[in-house]
Amino acid sequence: MNPRRYIAFLLACLFPLMAVAQRAISVGSKSFTENVILAEMATLVGREAGYEVIHRDQLGGTRILWNALLSGEIDVYPEYTGTLLQEILVGHRVRADALADTLASFGIKMTAPLGFNNTYAVGMREARAEALHIRTISDLRQHPELKFGFSNEFMDRGDGWPSLRDDYGLPQRDVRGIDHDLGYRGLVAGSIDALDLYSTDAEIAYYHLRALIDDRHHFPDYHAVFLYRADLADRAPAWVAALRRLSGAISNEAMVRMNARAKIEKVPENEIAADFLNTAFDRDVNITVSRTTRLSRFRHHTREHLYLVGISLLAAVLIALPLGIVAAKFRRTGQIILGITGVIYTIPSLALLVFMIPLLGIGGPPALVALFLYSLLPIVRNTHTGLHDISPALIESAEALGLTPWARLIHIELPLASRSILGGIKTSAVINAGTATLGALIGAGGYGQPILTGIRLDDVGLILEGAVPAALLALVLQLLFELSERWLVPRGLRIAPGD
Amino acid sequence: MIEIDCVTKFYGSLRALHEVSLKPAPERTTVLIGPSGCGKSTMLRLIIGLIVPDAGTVRFEDRPIPAWNPYTLRHRMGYVIQDGGLFPHLTARDNVTLLARHLGWEAARIEERLTALGKLVHLPSDRLDDFPAQLSGGQQQRVGLMRALMLDPDVLLLDEPLGALDPMIRADLQADLRDIFRSLHKTVVMVTHDLGEAGFLGDEIILMRGGQIEQAGTLEDLVVRAASPFVEAFIHAQRSPLESIDTSVGE
Repeated sequence: MNPRRYIAFLLACLFPLMAVAQRAISVGSKSFTENVILAEMATLVGREAGYEVIHRDQLGGTRILWNALLSGEIDVYPEYTGTLLQEILVGHRVRADALADTLASFGIKMTAPLGFNNTYAVGMREARAEALHIRTISDLRQHPELKFGFSNEFMDRGDGWPSLRDDYGLPQRDVRGIDHDLGYRGLVAGSIDALDLYSTDAEIAYYHLRALIDDRHHFPDYHAVFLYRADLADRAPAWVAALRRLSGAISNEAMVRMNARAKIEKVPENEIAADFLNTAFDRDVNITVSRTTRLSRFRHHTREHLYLVGISLLAAVLIALPLGIVAAKFRRTGQIILGITGVIYTIPSLALLVFMIPLLGIGGPPALVALFLYSLLPIVRNTHTGLHDISPALIESAEALGLTPWARLIHIELPLASRSILGGIKTSAVINAGTATLGALIGAGGYGQPILTGIRLDDVGLILEGAVPAALLALVLQLLFELSERWLVPRGLRIAPGD
Repeated sequence: MIEIDCVTKFYGSLRALHEVSLKPAPERTTVLIGPSGCGKSTMLRLIIGLIVPDAGTVRFEDRPIPAWNPYTLRHRMGYVIQDGGLFPHLTARDNVTLLARHLGWEAARIEERLTALGKLVHLPSDRLDDFPAQLSGGQQQRVGLMRALMLDPDVLLLDEPLGALDPMIRADLQADLRDIFRSLHKTVVMVTHDLGEAGFLGDEIILMRGGQIEQAGTLEDLVVRAASPFVEAFIHAQRSPLESIDTSVGE
């Protein structure tokens, strides 16, 4: 293939990476159940109002959602007044009554509170709290040996652990960040003594927890609202009106019940949201939602996952192979190339995914780029090693034969290095198949999606629905590459001397 | 045809050749011999332009090597190294014809040449579809020779082509090589460390030592008219199997 055609082919393959998601109206949600249910409600009333609405669920934490809203990747998401004041706008010193005006300066509007107040609380197991005579957060001062496990977001938000500690003068040292849903299991297992709760959490009743009294009134109110882009009032006025009708409609009890249905009875969030809308409002035609089957979910996630792995791997091969060749031919440049790809490889995969968000937003493109960057090192290194390890006598023979450098590369060097190069691609593919599950954290879908939902709902079946296919895919890829050696590695290299 | 003119070559700080001049006779076989590290292989690599001298000039047809297009030059020279240098991923046939195919020869012409070369080097035609790993050492060298001769070059450079073969096969190939050299009238420059082989194949023998030519001449010149104690020592270091037998008993 001549260089110009090669570059054109390369650009064509990279194009999907650059194509940004289409402009449909979309709702985002954070990765916890209540937020997903509220986002489902927003989605359903939007569809009822006649709009094509996509719910991009479980995109991650506050920052990711807020930035996605600002950049227009999502149009609506459920948020809490306390989070707005204590985290998002914490540097702006906003008073609660000036919140709407401050948001307007960002081009963002909010609905009136939906009704319930989901503030933070510190929770312990009822029995343990009783034994230690702990009723209020102040009581914790007497027990410096207690182990705390707080959600990662709580660890560094304005009203989170650092200011709670300072407010109450808490002496505990063993404090770690943990996923909120895993925290409950840690609490039950006894590996932590206290965690942060949301006051509408279904688990409070389920696990027999005691929410400690906030006797110094440290935590602000967390009234749920919908945030939406100001331009939505023009693009989808009927939807905005429908969202506003939800204000004041959801009581604390109703929200706790809905959370419990999702987490304990494992009812899908869209069904819970539809049931609520159907009973809380008089309507002529009830909203109906269809349950997805395991098979249809599997197909959907497989498609997303293969897209992530396939495109990123293809792009990596097209870039890494030439880089590996350059690295083998030019020693100093080679060291720089191997150094850079090596450093990229050492960035934790989760961090790399999150780094991509400011550059490429959420969803498929940032995940593809992160996976692509990850795939580079094994291919570059194996290409370099494969070419480097060719015996000097063979290189000299090819040179003495009077072959041009290009012909030597194509006819001699690459075939001789093919086994090593293929091994590098195989490594990248297998690693990619696993790492791509993390893409779900930034809205890229794939097998990570059921894993994420499964962790959130404490549903091992759902976790396996993602984990098993991801592991199988890695095995299948391994097998395919081993079979492909028959076609891609020249037969002469597979014959042992003396055969 | 080939002229090495007062050439000095260093590998790093190691001096491989020191002001060496040599003009191999056209259409004859010149054999370079000497102990390891005497610079004999360096001479071949200079001629085919794989390396360039630090001082002095190497010429081919009165033109300095750097003035030649390296591909044109190498297409006019065949080069065979000790282990054959065959590409393990290509069959014997593909090894031999690689360059011709790359240069766009027609299939019929390639096939014709292949058949002629197979006859010349005594390679059974059914071996052509084998990979190098499936061939014996002697067969590999025959294929290497076919590859070097494919474009019918004017010059044949051989770097210890028989060095790794066992004695019977070696003797066979020596005989075949002599026939080939005589019938083709090519300018051959060959490196060996075996004096018997040098005498058998070479029209002229160049004995080298420490990057310089110690003596040039026929085998007889070297044996009978040794130019220095080193030449004498080198010749006597080559042990004949017969000298170990006590011949005095029968007399």
